[in-house]
Amino acid sequence: MTDTSATLVQGTLDMLILKTLALEPLHGWGISQRIQQLSRGVFEVNPGSLFPAFRRLERAGLLECEWQTSENNRRAKYYSLTKAGRQKLRSETKEWERQVAAIARILQTAS
Amino acid sequence: MGLWRNLFAGLRGLFGKRQAEKELEDELRDFLEKSAAEKMRAGMSREQARRAARLEMGGVEAVKENVRSASWETHFETLWSDLRFGARLLRFNPIFAGAAILSLALGIGANTAIFQLLDAVRLRTLPVKNPQEIARVVFDRRGSRSGNFSTRYPDFTDAIWEQIRANQEGFSGVYAWAPVQFNVSPAGEVHNVQGLFVSGEFFETLGVEPALGRLLSAADDQPACASAGAVLSYSYWQQEYGGRRDVLDRKVAINRHPVPIIGVAPRDFYGVEVGRSFDVAVPVCAEPLINGENSQLKSRIGWWLSVMGRLKPGWTVERASAQLRAISQRIFEAAMPPEYNASNAKSLLAAKLIAIPGGSGASDLRESYAQPLWLLLALAGLVLLIASANLANLMLARASVREKEMAMRMAVGAGRGRLIRQLLVESLLLAVIGAGFGALLARNLSQVLVTSMSTEQAPLFVALHTDWRVLGFTSALAIFTCVLFGLAPALRATSVSPGLALKEGGRGTTQGRTRFGLRRILVVSQIALSLTLLVGALLFARSLKNLATLDPGFRRDGILVADIDFTARHLPTEARRAFSDELLRRVRGIAGVDAAATAAIVPLSGDGIGHDILAGASGEAPDDVPVAAFNYVSPGYFETLKTPFLVGHDFDEHDRTGAPNVSIVNQAFVEKFAQGKNPLDFKFRVRRLMKTSAPYQIIGVVKDTKYSDLRENREVIVYTPQAQNEEAANDALILLRSSAPLAGILSAVKSTANEADPDADITFYNLHRMIDDGLLRDRLMARLSGFFGVLAVLLAVIGLYGVISYMVARRRNEIGIRMSLGADRRSIIALVLCESVLLLSIGLGCGVALALAASRAATSLLFGLKPHDPATLAMATVILAAIALAASYIPASRASKLDPVVALRNE
Repeated sequence: MTDTSATLVQGTLDMLILKTLALEPLHGWGISQRIQQLSRGVFEVNPGSLFPAFRRLERAGLLECEWQTSENNRRAKYYSLTKAGRQKLRSETKEWERQVAAIARILQTAS
Repeated sequence: MGLWRNLFAGLRGLFGKRQAEKELEDELRDFLEKSAAEKMRAGMSREQARRAARLEMGGVEAVKENVRSASWETHFETLWSDLRFGARLLRFNPIFAGAAILSLALGIGANTAIFQLLDAVRLRTLPVKNPQEIARVVFDRRGSRSGNFSTRYPDFTDAIWEQIRANQEGFSGVYAWAPVQFNVSPAGEVHNVQGLFVSGEFFETLGVEPALGRLLSAADDQPACASAGAVLSYSYWQQEYGGRRDVLDRKVAINRHPVPIIGVAPRDFYGVEVGRSFDVAVPVCAEPLINGENSQLKSRIGWWLSVMGRLKPGWTVERASAQLRAISQRIFEAAMPPEYNASNAKSLLAAKLIAIPGGSGASDLRESYAQPLWLLLALAGLVLLIASANLANLMLARASVREKEMAMRMAVGAGRGRLIRQLLVESLLLAVIGAGFGALLARNLSQVLVTSMSTEQAPLFVALHTDWRVLGFTSALAIFTCVLFGLAPALRATSVSPGLALKEGGRGTTQGRTRFGLRRILVVSQIALSLTLLVGALLFARSLKNLATLDPGFRRDGILVADIDFTARHLPTEARRAFSDELLRRVRGIAGVDAAATAAIVPLSGDGIGHDILAGASGEAPDDVPVAAFNYVSPGYFETLKTPFLVGHDFDEHDRTGAPNVSIVNQAFVEKFAQGKNPLDFKFRVRRLMKTSAPYQIIGVVKDTKYSDLRENREVIVYTPQAQNEEAANDALILLRSSAPLAGILSAVKSTANEADPDADITFYNLHRMIDDGLLRDRLMARLSGFFGVLAVLLAVIGLYGVISYMVARRRNEIGIRMSLGADRRSIIALVLCESVLLLSIGLGCGVALALAASRAATSLLFGLKPHDPATLAMATVILAAIALAASYIPASRASKLDPVVALRNE
């Protein structure tokens, strides 16, 4: 993801991470791949922004982590959503939908 | 929930750092492996895949850094490593560190010491329960009350106090008190301690608990005074009685009357007077016993008590004030002295009582010293500013040296904010160390200040605590100076463009100029500030000189005063005069005594007597009767003090009771009452309260003298013979003049007096010393402002020297070129001095404006000159300019001695 407006991108990235973890716990690489998959290649998150986001969300109490054995038989850090994380995801999604609808309305009427 | 989790995770990160780092490393490595595996599956070779994965991540260390900055504990870690780095820097630059810490310690120490004193004198409240509820009862303005004023706060008579106590409504408890001196020596000697008369409610109203025994209560302050006891202060108990518990079985002799000791006050209780402490407290009812004939208790014209109290819950000072106003007239009617004449009574009845906040106690110390202390704090603050400017200059010089280091660090990715933070931490470290030493220094400095403000007559007692206010002040100063001298250099150092700075030989053309501009501004402001301080110092020094060399109208040196108190002989009134005369005769006979006389008032002692003057030999008193100052003297008084006669002659033995009233007056009296006429023909009467005297004849006119204060305007003084007084005192106040050393004369007088009366209490004063003590405040101001002025000039000149040297170093090439083109030594020196003169003139110009504005604050403290005194301004300017030019001459002459070849080859 290229850096346009830092805060906007940060908020969106956080939401994407929360969403990808809504289904099942994943490790860092898994999350990166899932985001790429789900967005059909539009978003490619570079690890430089991903890992700080993990730390931030973890510290904010929205994620929790656990060390487990991963596919290639190594230890990997798995992230999962906390209850607060789920709540946040719900409220963020609602807010995002609200904003998107508003922008869509504006764009429709303008042209 | 999230907050706790954050906290614990952070703490875990701080203390289990290695573990946390390893985990992060593992996580990132795992990601890289998986990323590489994915790429290999897509067809890349192992090497290519690995490289691609690493490139995508963008550098493991950078990612780690970003992750770390998302957690709060890293900030602590970076702070800690910044501190360690800063400490290392200081260790490797000991001279710089030493100079910086020293100037900070001195600056912050001086400020804190003065603030500590101010805090104790002005800001702190009494060490009693709920001091904000305490209020003091006073007159709403200084009226003309007549009578006998015998203590430091002679607000009320006992009669008025009783009326207040009975009729007040706003206070849950009121008490009266008076500070006095007690002679606790059993016989023959005089050993004065600080005494306190307190009414029964004193300790209870203040909420004070005893440290030993019990404190005085209302039961101890009954008119019969049967159970009168003494309460000692804690420090007096420790000092005189060794803190022994058996002190409760002992008695203390107050003016030769033994009073049983009933208890000891708590440790931090020093009374209700800031700047003083008491040693022994006794109830008000014991006053007649202790003062004997001079008792003020029953006299309705004896003004000696001060009244304070604790407001009732819900009552404000204003409300209590209003109530007191309403009952004032009633109180004064009930307490009206029978001795008052019609006009005395009228002015008393017109007066009103009010309440003022009393949480910080009463303090004559505060009145005299509050303003000078604030002024001194301002001066010390200016010195600190100048020292900080010097430090800033030093830091700027170092910043340009560290340019390359900063550039390198920014090139590898450090943010500007991060670097500024680190530089500020270095400055903060310096400031904190300096402030720490300064705080230690302050403790000693403030003690030295207090000692220099104490005199033997009025020992000062200030409880100097390092409380939160003082610590807060010191910390605030530390942070302030750190920002002051650290921020600008930090901003400058990090504003380099890394490319430019890293190039070799970058001597900085335009960039150098702007940085140099900041240093110039600093130096100019230093010069301006130090000129202000120098002007202040000179003003106070000249004011002191004016006071010290003022002609008081009489001889100052070689005058000894002996107060021989023979109360113990219990002489009747008629015999006292004869005994006094006898004592005087004997003193006159001592070898070495050139002249001696007795008087009622010692000039400039602060005591005084005043009576109404009615012009003419008869007639009604007008409504507004003028008052004159009085002194009752023996023949020979003027000869002893060397006050010349302008007209007429001195009293002689014929001027006694029975003979016609005679008087000697001063010039001011003649000008006021008898202009144009021959003073020897002028008759007047003296009215003391109800009694108007027989007409007085003037037999002599003397030169004007100072009466009670060196700074007073011309006082009208009337002298009458002591022998013509109706009352006679129980002591002989003898003034003697001698050219021999006074110590020897003192012992001779002592033995002579003891021959006549072995039980006499003798107190000695040296007139010269007494007058000097009166100038204590002015001396203090002159000394301290002088010290600050010298320090400021020194610092500013060092700053100027530094800047000029830097300028010379910067322009070495140019100077080399000039010299090789034929410029001689003189023109090089002129070139350098030109810069110096420019800086000086701007600085002096600003300084003069600043000094004019600032010195107005000192108007009331100066004597004999105005704050905008042009001579002083000129003197200060010339001194500073001369020193500064001399200091600039050194680098200038060094520059002119440069070998042009060396200069041109300069790198």
